[in-house]
Amino acid sequence: MNEMNSSISDMVIALAGNPNTGKSTVFNSFTGLKQHTGNWPGKTVANARGTFAHKGKRYTLVDLPGTYSLLANSAEEEIARDFIQSRIPNATIIVTDATCLERNLILVFQIMEITNKVILCVNLMDEAKRKKIHIDLKKLSTILGVPVVGTAARNGKGLEELKDVIEKVASGEIAPNPLKINSNLPNNHIDFTNEMDPSISTIVKMAEEVSKEVVSFEKKNYHQFDRNLDKILTSRLFGLPIMLMLLGIVFWLTIQGANVPSEILAKGLFWIEEQLLFLLNRIHAPQWMCDVFIFGMFRTVAWVISVMLPPMAIFFPLFTLLEDLGYLPRIAFNLDHFFKKACAHGKQALTMCMGFGCNAAGVIACRIIDSPRERLIATITNNFVPCNGRFPLLIAMAILFITSSPSSFHSLLATLFVLLAIVLSVLITLFISKLLSKTILKGLPSSFALELPPYRKPQVGKIIVRSIFDRTLFVLGRAIAVAAPAGFVIWFMANININNVSLLTHCAQFLDPFSRLLGLDGYILMAFILGLPANEIVIPILIMSYMSEGAMLELNSLSEMKQLFIENGWTWLTAVCVMLFSLNHWPCGTTLWTIRKETQSWKWTWISFLVPTITGIVICFIVAQGARLLGLV
Amino acid sequence: MTKKWIPLDQLPVGSFGKVKELALEGNIRRRMLDLGLVYDTTVESLRKSPAGDPTAYEIRGTVIALRSQEASKILVESMYKEDFNE
Repeated sequence: MNEMNSSISDMVIALAGNPNTGKSTVFNSFTGLKQHTGNWPGKTVANARGTFAHKGKRYTLVDLPGTYSLLANSAEEEIARDFIQSRIPNATIIVTDATCLERNLILVFQIMEITNKVILCVNLMDEAKRKKIHIDLKKLSTILGVPVVGTAARNGKGLEELKDVIEKVASGEIAPNPLKINSNLPNNHIDFTNEMDPSISTIVKMAEEVSKEVVSFEKKNYHQFDRNLDKILTSRLFGLPIMLMLLGIVFWLTIQGANVPSEILAKGLFWIEEQLLFLLNRIHAPQWMCDVFIFGMFRTVAWVISVMLPPMAIFFPLFTLLEDLGYLPRIAFNLDHFFKKACAHGKQALTMCMGFGCNAAGVIACRIIDSPRERLIATITNNFVPCNGRFPLLIAMAILFITSSPSSFHSLLATLFVLLAIVLSVLITLFISKLLSKTILKGLPSSFALELPPYRKPQVGKIIVRSIFDRTLFVLGRAIAVAAPAGFVIWFMANININNVSLLTHCAQFLDPFSRLLGLDGYILMAFILGLPANEIVIPILIMSYMSEGAMLELNSLSEMKQLFIENGWTWLTAVCVMLFSLNHWPCGTTLWTIRKETQSWKWTWISFLVPTITGIVICFIVAQGARLLGLV
Repeated sequence: MTKKWIPLDQLPVGSFGKVKELALEGNIRRRMLDLGLVYDTTVESLRKSPAGDPTAYEIRGTVIALRSQEASKILVESMYKEDFNE
């Protein structure tokens, strides 16, 4: 992911471990890179690299994918094994979860078979303490023959000590002498592929023995709280309703909370616009310059910020909170049956959830699915769930046309509508997955084992900071970077006249007849097409194009935005069709590029483009024509 | 204690079983072994998902959800709680 040129003099340190043990947290605290972490297995999907310095020496840290073993079940395991086995790393840190050390030790023993330079990091000591689990680290170190450091990486505890140990192992000051189980295996070579049962059994038994020696549970039912919480969150009766309710609360808070700051931001930014205009007039800048920069670029950017920033600043932390808590694997658990019915992989529920954040990230996350057939299904259908770039559009449409004013009751109604859109997007995902596995991607569902990691106490303060800086500002930055030049292009398209009609109108008129069939209009379809670089800018482009046609009215509230749309012939049906088309149309440029990179195939990239587009056209056509036939509009 | 072996997916929720045989092959078999499901491993059936499948099991201190498709091929000896505590 992060390409960094590590000079040859750097020491290379590999970071390995089971999924969901806090590897990424260790990586982030060391390197300062923002590798996003969440409480669900399989987060590190590509080798992330970063550097850090300790006592005047530079180190390159390579974050390997989290794996349960090194037996090359999947691409990630092969990557991890090959890297550890190569002579590149000067040391390998194995991060383990103190609250389930026994299972983690299985991987530890496997790694110790292929390399000597091992450092064991027993992470999540704070969680273990909370659950009254005691671990004798000294004894563990003596038994295993490698240095052991206890850490609570989220609070930064033990990390300095870990760095000291890294330095000593990398420089050769400490020479670990790991306990080898199959000492008869040739050096640096492991082959469990044949008759591996005896060796893996030995390793598992060994892990059990060692764990018995060093781990003591003060409370026998230390995981009772998790069990009880699971009983509620995945209960037969309440599991699905609670899931919908939690999502509903997230959206409601987003919608309800975003109104006021959105208007304040809009007012503030348009005040700046006036000042800028005043300034440009003072220095006698030519009129075209004012037009291009103020009405073209600045206004588009102002809209993107005021419409998108508040919902994102509320939505992201809330979503991250659920993620941190460990709720997402429970969603996968609750929904797996439906994915199985759709002949898809259970982990597709996880990649789908990731898609709510960003579809490109969702597509990358599909690597956690082993079977190529199911990975492709997950990749192609990921775009059906709305990413954060599309949420503002859905929310804006819901507020504008489903409800008339931002009162509590109406935002409840808008929430229900957004929720309905989400449920619909999941249903479409399942339907298209089934369709794909019955047609071009035939096959049976492969095996499935999903870990439900322990719930963790979320660190609210850190979540807010992290989600605002890592996600909100990242997405917003990308939106602005694309919106500014797009505003420029649209301004030109709106102001270059051919036969007294602007280029924009020419294009929109060309698209209009087709768009009308789908319940849209030419400008809307044009906005979706021009929004290919990023979904965030569809609404701003639309506003730009409507405004450039009529008078340059000042838009500073949502109700004026509604007025503008109504003047351009919008009805509730238009809003519904825009929502539907937003849910079902081509993936954004970044996602398409990611799909091309992940699948290494133009064919599947094209299919990923066509499948949602055709779905959207069909659905919008049926809804628009159906409503007209029934005389609802 | 009964000596009868039953498929893991038929182990009643709340009861324990000891793994006796993995009637699985290839990658799936390896996956299960990686999770620590070797001969004589104690497994507890924790909960069924809302739709009845998959089921969550406690395996070596961790919670793993398995579809009945896989669990039906893991044969366990069902144990009564008293046996387990002894």
